[in-house]
This record gives sequence, C-alpha cells and structure tokens, in this order.
Amino acid sequence: MTGAVARLGARSVDWVAGLGHMTRFAGSVVAAALRPPLRGRTLVREIYDVGVRSLALILGSGFVVGMVLGLQAYNTLARFGAEQSLGAVVGLSLIRELGPVLTGLLVTGRAGSATAAGIGAMVTTGQLDGLRMMSISPIHFVVYPKALALLIAMPLLSALFIVVGVFGGYVVVVELLGLDPGSYLSSLENAVDFRDDVLASVLKGVVFGLLAGLISTYRGYTSEPTAEGVSRSTTSTVVVASVCILISNYFITALWGV
Amino acid sequence: MQSTSGRDLAVGIFVLGGLLAVAYLSVQVGGLSYAGPGGLTLVARFDEIGGLSPRAPVAISGVKVGQVTAITLDDDLRAEVRLDLDASLELPIDTSASIRTSGLLGDQFITLEPGGELDLLADGDEIDFTYSALNLEKLIGTLVHETDIGGSE
Amino acid sequence: MTASIETDPATGEAHVELDSVRLAFGRRVVFRDLRCRAPRGRVTIVLGGSGSGKSTLLRLVGGLQRPDAGSVRVAGEEVTGLGERELTRVRRKIGMLFQNGALLDSISIFENVALPLREHTAKDELEIESEVHRRLASVGLDDVDELLPGELSGGMLRRAALARAIVMDPEILLCDEPFSGLDPPNVERIEALLTRLNRELGLTIIVTSHHMASSMRMGDQLVLLRDGFAVGGTPAELVAGGDPRVVEFLGSDAVAAAAGAGAGSVGS
Repeated sequence: MTGAVARLGARSVDWVAGLGHMTRFAGSVVAAALRPPLRGRTLVREIYDVGVRSLALILGSGFVVGMVLGLQAYNTLARFGAEQSLGAVVGLSLIRELGPVLTGLLVTGRAGSATAAGIGAMVTTGQLDGLRMMSISPIHFVVYPKALALLIAMPLLSALFIVVGVFGGYVVVVELLGLDPGSYLSSLENAVDFRDDVLASVLKGVVFGLLAGLISTYRGYTSEPTAEGVSRSTTSTVVVASVCILISNYFITALWGV
Repeated sequence: MQSTSGRDLAVGIFVLGGLLAVAYLSVQVGGLSYAGPGGLTLVARFDEIGGLSPRAPVAISGVKVGQVTAITLDDDLRAEVRLDLDASLELPIDTSASIRTSGLLGDQFITLEPGGELDLLADGDEIDFTYSALNLEKLIGTLVHETDIGGSE
Repeated sequence: MTASIETDPATGEAHVELDSVRLAFGRRVVFRDLRCRAPRGRVTIVLGGSGSGKSTLLRLVGGLQRPDAGSVRVAGEEVTGLGERELTRVRRKIGMLFQNGALLDSISIFENVALPLREHTAKDELEIESEVHRRLASVGLDDVDELLPGELSGGMLRRAALARAIVMDPEILLCDEPFSGLDPPNVERIEALLTRLNRELGLTIIVTSHHMASSMRMGDQLVLLRDGFAVGGTPAELVAGGDPRVVEFLGSDAVAAAAGAGAGSVGS
C-alpha cells in the first residue's frame, strides 16, 4: 500500500518536473525566435516540409469532410424543411470546429511525427552535438525553425481545409442534391461572424500549431539516442499533441464565446 | 533533391494560398467588409426585436442591401438598431422597416419597404415607421389562453 | 588506486588536462578517478575497449558532458563550471570530428563546411566559397559541393567532416574513432591527414581508437582507459613499463609491434 502511494508520489514528481523542463524548453525556443538571425532559408525549407507536403492530405480530407457534412446536414435539416440553412450548418461546423481540429490532428500525425523523428535522428547521429561543438545553438538552428514552421503552416492549412470543405459541401448540396446555390452561400455568409467564428478559427489554428510545434520538437530533442528511443518519442508526440489539441480546443470554444 | 528556387516558389504559393483562404473566410464569409466605413447608416427603433442579432441581413424585396451593425437600448428603453446599407441606395423618408423571420424557425432579418415621398433619408437619419418582431412564443401563449390573437404588438 | 600520468618534461605543457574526474550514468560508473593529459602540439591516442568511456572523455573536453567531480582544463581554462555561452570561447579553440561525421544531413557538403564561417565570421560569399574549397581540397575532396552527406561514401564523409572540424583553425582537434568502419586505404588516408595537420599546423590532436597499428604509428602519447582509470605514457614507455593492465589490453603481439614502433623501426 505504501509502495503504491510512494510510486504515485514519485510519478507525480516526475510529471511535474517534466512539465517544468518542457516549460524551460519552450522559453528557450521563444528566446531563440527573438534572437537574430532569422534563418529565413531554413524556415522556408521547414515550411515546405510541414506545409506544402501536407497540402494534398489537407485538401483531400477537407473536401471529403465537407461532402459528408453536406449530406448529413441535408438528411437532418430536410426533415424540418430547413434546407436553406445547409450552408450555415456546413460552414459553421467547418470554421468553428472541424477545420482547425481535424487539420491539427492530421498535421500532427503527418508533420509533427516527422519533426520529432527528424530531431530524434539528429540526436542519435550526434548532429546536435556537432552544432554545439561549433558553438551553434541547436535550439536556434534546428528547433526554432521547425516549431515556427508548424506555427505558420497550421492556421494556413486550416483555412484551406475550411475553404475546400465549404466547396465540398457545395458540390454535394448544389450539384448532387440540386439545391439553390444562392441560398447555400447566403445562408453561410449570414450565419458566420468574423470575430466569433473566423477569428476564433484562426486563433485555434495558431494555438494548435504552437502546441504541435513545441511538443514535437521537445519530444525529438529529449528522445533517447537510440532507434527505439526515437520511435518512442515519435509515438508520444502524436498522442500527447493530439490530446493537447483536443483539450485546448474545448477551452478556446468555451472562453472565446464569452 | 528539390531545387531551392522551386521550393521557394512552392512555399510562396502555399503561404499566399493560405492567406487568400483566410481573407476569403474573413471578408466574404465573415462579412468583415461591411464593418468598414463609407456606407449609409440608418437608425430604427423597435419595441420588440425578438431574436434579431448584429450581422443580421437587411433586405429590400428580398435582395440583401446591408446588415445590422449594432443593437442598443435607447433612453426610452426601446431597442435602437443601427443599419449599415449600400451607400448608393435612395430611400424616401417614409420608408418603413420591419423584422421578419425566414421560414418558420429561421433567422430574423430586417426588410425595408420604400415609401413614396420625394425627400430622401440621409446618412445618420432615423427610420420612423417600424414594425416589431413577431414573437412566436408570445403568440403561442396567447393562442393557448384563447385570448386576442393579435396581441403580439 | 590511482594512475596518474607524469609527462616527460620534453613533451611540453598540457594543452588538455583532466584531473580526479568522476562520472557515472546512473549506476554505471564510467570514470572513478581519471587523470590524464594531452601535451600541446602532440598526438594523443586514447585506447580502450567499448564502453570504457573513450567518447565520453572527448565529450568532457568539449564541454558536452559535465563530470560529477574533478576538473577538465582546456588551454589552461577550467571548463566544468562554464555555461553554454562561456563554453563558446573554449569551443572556438576546438575542432571535433565525430564518429559518423555528424554532418547535417539536410544540407549540402558545401553548406556543412561553410556553416561555422557563416555563423561566426563576417566573411562574404566569395571568401566563404574560396575558404570552403581550400579546406575540401586539403582533405582531398572536390566536386562534392552539391552532394548531401548521405550521398558520400564512408571515407569521403569522414574527410568532409574533418574539413568542417578544421575550417575555423582550431588549436585542438578531437577525433572520435576516425578509423572505425573504414577500409585500409581510407584508414591510411585519414591517418596521413591527421599527421600532416599535426606536423604542419602544430595542432594538438586527441584521437580515440581501437585501431592498434595506426595508434602505435601516430601516437606521441597513449592513454589507456580501463575500469574508470587511465594509464598513460609514450608507446615506448607503456611497453617498457610492463604494466600488466597494458599488456592485457594490448595483447602480447601488439606490445611486440609497439616495441618495434617505439624503437623507431617498422617491426613485424
């Protein structure tokens, strides 16, 4: 019994210490971001890796999700004769929740895991120590561009997801179900508010990008220098970042509406 | 390996496309453009606005011409609704405004009916003739109690 | 039982010196009481079995690893208490050749070698280009500018990494297992490059190795790591000393070979 309590205590202490370590890590990444040089070339390469290379995934997923939303919303709304609200339902669902959240989860799975694995491999092969011996901060040279790239790419990918999703809904509602295109778009435009919906959506994209960027780089940076250690940190990046995205999503939704 | 300039171009297109998507959502879908100045602003007072909310559309003969920008309570405790309309509209001073509901349970909006006077409403003027929202709950309430059906006004 | 190294006064002052170093990873004790030194302008070879802490010794010198106790002095400066920023001053004097090169695999060979110049000097693009090409040529590489590290063979990769390690003109060169995994021609090539750097530029070189023949040929000074302690001396001294630990580690054949090398003739 005391053993279990002691283990629980030790685990809690470890957890809090880990949180502290991660906070210090985040602080040093922010400090690195504020310190010149900007590392524009590296940043462009990283945005290419996490942003451009995620495009097909995001656009394809967004389109299909929009189509499903259109179909489901039609089935429900048609019962109440409220088909003219289809645009509002599809658009609001995408802008407020599905766009940012699904983009966050998909990009974490694709680019966040790759970021963790990439940094982990650099730890394993001594590339980060190599930088340290050249008096180049690995946080500034490797971590900060990767984290910033995710921060920049996430809201952009989320916006593209939403726009393609709205188009996917349009295709189903107008082309397949034969509803009036004007009422789809005007119901969408009337229902969506800039501050409550669009700004909140962009904020979510930024927060999710920050979470994915910091968690994936932290996990990679602190991974054990073995193949097994790298794969462990890759897996935990996806799990931890996804859970953090879902939890923070609830709080942004709850607090932004006030 | 991807050539550097090709990658720059791809990243540039990606960032531009993403920003355009944000701009589309903000301006077209989110209606950010209506918040800008330069439109025709009119004020209308109602006893009852029901579920009318800011950003609700304003229409003439079913054509959208603007939107509600603000709803406040005036000194006489009536609802004061600010409308931002297309600046090119020429509305007579006896134009009336009424709050309607799209469909049975849909969103509420304001519809304007132009009058016949020659004098026109100018920026900042008040629409004198207003018809308040049909309050569905009140209406049902009166029906249930078998009293006067027209009691919503 | 401590084994300290009394260097022959003729070999000069210690450029790198470790004293009473204690280091443990969890329960695994790597160094109990390590004392060793690398004289200025000489080649010091660190020998030891796997897990004896050869790489860790280099990491201590580079400030990548802090000892639990003891002192590590580089060019007279104590590095154990220094923060990352202060370490910069010490690391400027050190070039390090990592075991697998540790070149950044996402950028080209040219950019890898140019990196320290870009980060720490105000040289313009033309100067950087000529400097990088000069260094690459000095290790016998050309036409590799645009290649990624993954596209080079093991020997070429090691030489490119060497070019990067010396591009800032360090005083001290740390080489972690520079010969491991290479075929004999490449071993000879790296060995010749290191010897030339030592002779021509007067670099202090510390090499970890388990490649006995090249160690005996190159080393002015040998350091044997064993059970968390070090035994050191010139090859001839070590062999002549007849320390049972030395004989046990080197094996009697190697001792015979070393005796030959130490006597200045090529023994067989």
